[in-house]
Amino acid sequence: MMIEKTLLRVIAKVIIPPIILFSLYVQFHGDFGPGGGFQAGVILATAFILYGLIFGVSIAREAIPAGATRIILSLGVLLYAGTGVVSMFLGGEFLDYSVLAKTQLGGQHLGIFLVELGVGMTVAGAMITIFYTFAGHVNGASCSIERRVNPNGHAPNFIERRRNVDG
Amino acid sequence: MTASAFWLVRLRNLFAVVMLFGVFSLFAAALYLVMDAVDVAFTEAAVGAGISTVLMLGTLALTHDTEKVHKKPSPISLILVLITGGVLVYGTFDMPRYGDKNAPIHQHVANRYIEKSGQEVGPPNIVTSILASYRGYDTLGETAVVFTAAIGVLAIIGRVKGQGMPTSMHARRRNEEDEPEEAAPDAQDAQISTDQETKS
Repeated sequence: MMIEKTLLRVIAKVIIPPIILFSLYVQFHGDFGPGGGFQAGVILATAFILYGLIFGVSIAREAIPAGATRIILSLGVLLYAGTGVVSMFLGGEFLDYSVLAKTQLGGQHLGIFLVELGVGMTVAGAMITIFYTFAGHVNGASCSIERRVNPNGHAPNFIERRRNVDG
Repeated sequence: MTASAFWLVRLRNLFAVVMLFGVFSLFAAALYLVMDAVDVAFTEAAVGAGISTVLMLGTLALTHDTEKVHKKPSPISLILVLITGGVLVYGTFDMPRYGDKNAPIHQHVANRYIEKSGQEVGPPNIVTSILASYRGYDTLGETAVVFTAAIGVLAIIGRVKGQGMPTSMHARRRNEEDEPEEAAPDAQDAQISTDQETKS
């Protein structure tokens, strides 16, 4: 059991940075290859969810707090709709990016960039929020997700205890 | 893919069902890939095989592992399913063949996207320029749907117990005003979010 857990932890530590890097690639290279904000957001969320599954949700919450994911979630939609509103103020129609920069192509490029970023933020925020909500519930009851993956669960308990002592 | 679908129906252990669902999604992603729909395959692999598996496991942890076995299946439901399936299969006979260049979908706006999107929008990936620029409203709607789903989950089960904003707000409100009104707004919230979830 112990060996399996060590394996899981080591492998997770090795693959989480490439996952995040890949999500950034998918996010910002979506104009040229397959991908875009939605896929990038999901992949980014997967990195944090993997972290939460293996190291415990409470530690994942320290890496990225639940409040932060909610703010990211809302900011994404705001960024998307805000891009549309800005293009309205600059004299175009809602979500007409051509007016955002001097040339039409430049404006479109900037607009797509911002919009895809908004989608990515919303999707990542939403997925992590949903995961935290489910896992928080389970944690409160008797943490079967964590038990399933991480039967001993020393670290999360320790952290939780410390947090309780701190106040 | 078909085999895994049949297996899914037969299984009673929901843990295995969730895993098999991931396998099914992966097959679907491979199928999209074969049909050159790379973006869709990408999404299917990430969402269907990745995230939704984790979320369904989370749901399982909140409920039970094994499906309740119902009484014997009634013949009426079997007949209904057969009829519906038959009608659906009959409907596919009207669809154009895969890759048919006279199909309606290739006659409408697709040509313009393919010919003009380079000059009008720019990115070499036409899928991106369609999603983000030509169909910007739709994508805004999709983003709002994802947002609403997260808000719905938070509203339904996020506030019962644990850390975070909704609960603390809840607790604070309970402390401040002693509470004949409290039950009513909560029920309303839950109602609204259930509706939203159904829509999304």
